[in-house]
Amino acid sequence: MLELVWLIPAFPLLGFLVLLAGGRVLGEPRAGWLATLMSAGSFAATLVVFAGMLGEDAQDREFQQVLFDWLPVGNLTVEAGFLVDPLSITMALFVTGVGSLIHLYSVGYMHNDPKYSKFFVYLNLFLFSMLMLVLGNNLVITFLGWEGVGVCSYFLISFWHTRESAAVAGKKAFVTNRVGDWGFMLAVFLIWGSLHTVTYTEINAAAGALTNTTATAISLMLLIAAAGKSAQLPLYVWLPDAMEGPTPVSAMVHAATMVTSGIYLLVRMNYVLSDDALLIIAIVGAATALFAALVAVAQHDIKRVLAYSTVSQLGYMFLAIGSGAYVAAIFHVITHAFFKALLFLGSGSVIHGMHDEQDMRYMGALRKVMPITGATFIVGWLAIAGVPPFSGFWSKDEILLAAWEQPDIGPVLWAVGLVTALLTAYYMSRQVFLVFYGEARWNDPRPEGVEGPESEVHPHESPWTMWAPLAVLAIAAVAGGALNLPVVGDWLVLEHFLEPVFAHPHHFTSGTTTKVVLAVIAVAAGLLGIAFAVQVWLRRKIDSSRLEPKFLTEAMYVDATYAKVAGGPGTKGFDLAATFDKVVVDGAVDGTGRLVRKVGELIQPAQSGFVRQYAIGVAIGGIAVVVWLLSGTV
Amino acid sequence: MTMLATEAASQAASFPILTALIVLPFVGAIVVAMLPGRRPELIRQIGVLFSGGVAGLAVYLATQFDSHDGGFQFEQVNSWIPDLGIAWHVGVDGISLWLVVLTGVIFPLVLAGIDPHGDPKPYTAWMLVLQAGSMGAFLALDVFMFFVFFEIVLVPMYMLISGWGYSERKYAATKFFLYTMFGSALMLVAILALVSLGSPETGLTFDLQALAEGQELATNTARWLFLAFALAFAIKVPMVPIHTWLPDAHTQAPTGGSVILAAVMLKLGTYGFLRFGLYLFPEATVYFAPLLVTLGVIGIIYGAVVATMQHDLKRLVAYSSVAHMGFIVLGTFALTTQGISGGVLQMVNHGISTGALFILVGMLYERRKTREISELSGLQQAAPIFAGVFTVAMLSSIGLPGLNGFAGEFLILLGSWETRRWWTVVAAVGVILAALYLLWAYQRVFHGEPTDADADTPEMRLAEFGLLAPFLAAMVFLGVYPAPVLERIEPSVDRLVSHVESHSDYLRPVDAPVVLPHEHSDDSHDEGGGDH
Repeated sequence: MLELVWLIPAFPLLGFLVLLAGGRVLGEPRAGWLATLMSAGSFAATLVVFAGMLGEDAQDREFQQVLFDWLPVGNLTVEAGFLVDPLSITMALFVTGVGSLIHLYSVGYMHNDPKYSKFFVYLNLFLFSMLMLVLGNNLVITFLGWEGVGVCSYFLISFWHTRESAAVAGKKAFVTNRVGDWGFMLAVFLIWGSLHTVTYTEINAAAGALTNTTATAISLMLLIAAAGKSAQLPLYVWLPDAMEGPTPVSAMVHAATMVTSGIYLLVRMNYVLSDDALLIIAIVGAATALFAALVAVAQHDIKRVLAYSTVSQLGYMFLAIGSGAYVAAIFHVITHAFFKALLFLGSGSVIHGMHDEQDMRYMGALRKVMPITGATFIVGWLAIAGVPPFSGFWSKDEILLAAWEQPDIGPVLWAVGLVTALLTAYYMSRQVFLVFYGEARWNDPRPEGVEGPESEVHPHESPWTMWAPLAVLAIAAVAGGALNLPVVGDWLVLEHFLEPVFAHPHHFTSGTTTKVVLAVIAVAAGLLGIAFAVQVWLRRKIDSSRLEPKFLTEAMYVDATYAKVAGGPGTKGFDLAATFDKVVVDGAVDGTGRLVRKVGELIQPAQSGFVRQYAIGVAIGGIAVVVWLLSGTV
Repeated sequence: MTMLATEAASQAASFPILTALIVLPFVGAIVVAMLPGRRPELIRQIGVLFSGGVAGLAVYLATQFDSHDGGFQFEQVNSWIPDLGIAWHVGVDGISLWLVVLTGVIFPLVLAGIDPHGDPKPYTAWMLVLQAGSMGAFLALDVFMFFVFFEIVLVPMYMLISGWGYSERKYAATKFFLYTMFGSALMLVAILALVSLGSPETGLTFDLQALAEGQELATNTARWLFLAFALAFAIKVPMVPIHTWLPDAHTQAPTGGSVILAAVMLKLGTYGFLRFGLYLFPEATVYFAPLLVTLGVIGIIYGAVVATMQHDLKRLVAYSSVAHMGFIVLGTFALTTQGISGGVLQMVNHGISTGALFILVGMLYERRKTREISELSGLQQAAPIFAGVFTVAMLSSIGLPGLNGFAGEFLILLGSWETRRWWTVVAAVGVILAALYLLWAYQRVFHGEPTDADADTPEMRLAEFGLLAPFLAAMVFLGVYPAPVLERIEPSVDRLVSHVESHSDYLRPVDAPVVLPHEHSDDSHDEGGGDH
């Protein structure tokens, strides 16, 4: 059954092609249903391949399928091939699973959009690219998927392209990601230059021969690539703006799947990552986690909170990788996909019900009119806040434990992670209370300059295509922790399943007491965050204005500084080059032309047309020749 | 056709297909010139018929090409000026094959699909002359013959720009003509010097293979001659800082002229480097490679930066050409199999993607009578299919994997990595910049709220889509399955690199097998394959 792997990306590819050619003819809702069906087919194919894999012994769970040679030149062979192993199939399972739910959700969400079928064209192309990314058997096929998801993300962010901000955000996402791609390409070249292969299995077999310097260089280039795609410092700036896209896109592309590509890439390349690089990865992750959580505290837009939250959670995953706990990273990728997709889709449902209002200051009390959305959102909140036994608690706990055990600066990393956990619990509680509790502020007057809703807002629950995925995701967000439970003896399903993929399987060294104490502290931090939010946002006992300083609302001015540099010295420099080209380089050419013409004009009198004058010239020349000849004979 | 058939039958038992590729469009030009000027449709049909016949022959050639043979195939030698050792010598190898196919296929598309907006008769005739001249330059294996064709193509292009171009056409055409003439004047001197100094003892010869394999020029002489050739080719490519004729020529040329200029004529420069630079002067090539690679990388960055700031869409595409051609120069002088193969592939790729972009900009101009980015907005709303096609061409130009541009760029960078590591690091930045200038332009032209004029912009017509469909198909095919193309390129490239190796102290990086664990550290190899 493993040889059916090609079917997994084939379904969405087929969907893409059919919809591209005939999407408009199919129209709403058939185009949406077709795309959803293709996505579900892909999920089914993944399940079949997964079942086939489970039939093999643990150490034999590695299967390659080569379709054809893509770029064969000299000793370079880049195959169009798939690698099925526990890691790729784990990724494919949640990508197609969550992806299908989001396809279904979009059928309802995109209702009445003039570009309804176009949306599903992009969505299926995205799914195809994402599957190529995780299933490719070499770095270049992964890069194909990597760029493919990037360009789909660009299409989808700027989906409502008449809106200037959406167009700008799309471009920004693509260009920022290209900075990461630069790192990706150099990593490929470094590996090629030292190992003469780009195929994963061969890289893994030969990675031991890499010197520490080369391995570190490769790792850092991979980190740049991953920081671009997975929105880490300093390349995260595109992700908050990516919320300009339709909300299902935010859920699927910019929370559950695409942004975890960087984590996948680093885990996939775990044989190559050097210890020095791992430390840097951990620091980048911890710093990003804390930074984004701080910023999330002061956002008013319901999706921007979730966007910064995503950046922060991705930081946790980098922290896990940096601590060598690859399973914990993938575990968190999965649980995060569940609860963050849930939260985003929930926010979409809210925005849908609120007639496109995204400012949380004008929401409130929505759980009464949107009971299913409210209940599922609350599940997502408890999961991300790390409240046991919800899924987020288990994966976050593993990461914090791994950080604690990190040999160099473990306790520091752990402390940063803990503060982040507290902040996470706080800003998510703030969101839940602002949106679903308190008083209804739907029709409050907006301050001057802010556009309010056109007519009075009457929030309503969303159609079943939208709330059904919420329900499924809520169940997953509750129970997802079961994938890797450290409590019941040997119930570490994910860890055992993934173990063959790693060069150095990670083992926790702490005793049970330490583990329990750390877990209790983490839970306490989460509860503290919630309790504080209750005081501020539910009971209104504490003045909230000082808790949202401009410094944080403006994301510590990082993005603004980038924009200033790009718009100021950056543009000036580029302009200077263009002016240089026009004035100096081309000016020199035109100058030469003019000079030649001037010289021509100067000697033009010589060509007077008077025979008399020519005769004199000939005579003088003749005499000169004679003189020269004579002088030669002397 | 009958005339040609009898000519062919009298010459040889086997059909001289390469000569036919050169002669057929010439014949077409003469036929067109004799047609009555008041029947534009007929003129166009005859033009398409002849250039299409060339396309058919070129494609047939590719199917008959032996992919295992790195040498010249379908060779034909006829004496021309025997006293001077000049012959009509044509042949094709993996380096020229795809340029021949591109030249064959793109002319009928241009003639069939692009309205010259002017007298069609001389336009069509000049186009056919241009096709013949380009074919001749790509197929010539005699240095004199190459020079003749290299010069011939200037005339029709000059005529096309000055006759069917835009407001500044005279200035642009003159600049183009004088600039390239200046380069080829030096090349002519170099050719004469090469022949007189480098001919074997048996007598004067202009034969490329005899000169390349048999010459024993003093090192310094060869280097000077290489420089003269290189200058002529560098102007044609064009390389920074001798590139400024290109934006003017491109912007002022009619759409068809721009397409041919980008797709075919610039390639005379990069092709010239391979065929006459590396092959004739291997030692000098190695000696000057750092300089040329540096200029190539400067072109990549500089072209992209200047492109970003252009206000005219066509000028922007022209500057993107400077950047793309810089990649090809980098690959060529990386002197590795991957680098050069990637370069050859990229010559074709650039023709396809930039050609398509010029066609699209031309269609935009027909609709709006402007190419100013600031005067356009929100066109995706009015013309989504047009925007979609533009997007694909743009992504191909950006080098998105799965489309053709990536295959070339990736191979070039991978190939240059082993011999020119730090140059590659900088060149790869060009990949970021390409996204910047094209996406920014796209955003300003196609995204945003359309004004009234924008909203009335007509959607792409079926005929227009028909013209672009082959381009799109080629982008996807070469992006997904370039193997059949690459495997015909590689043997010839391999042979060329071996030629350079055996005539200089250059050794390409060892094609080491995968290093198994615990055998030895690989870092020594990294440095060994470093810069020369």
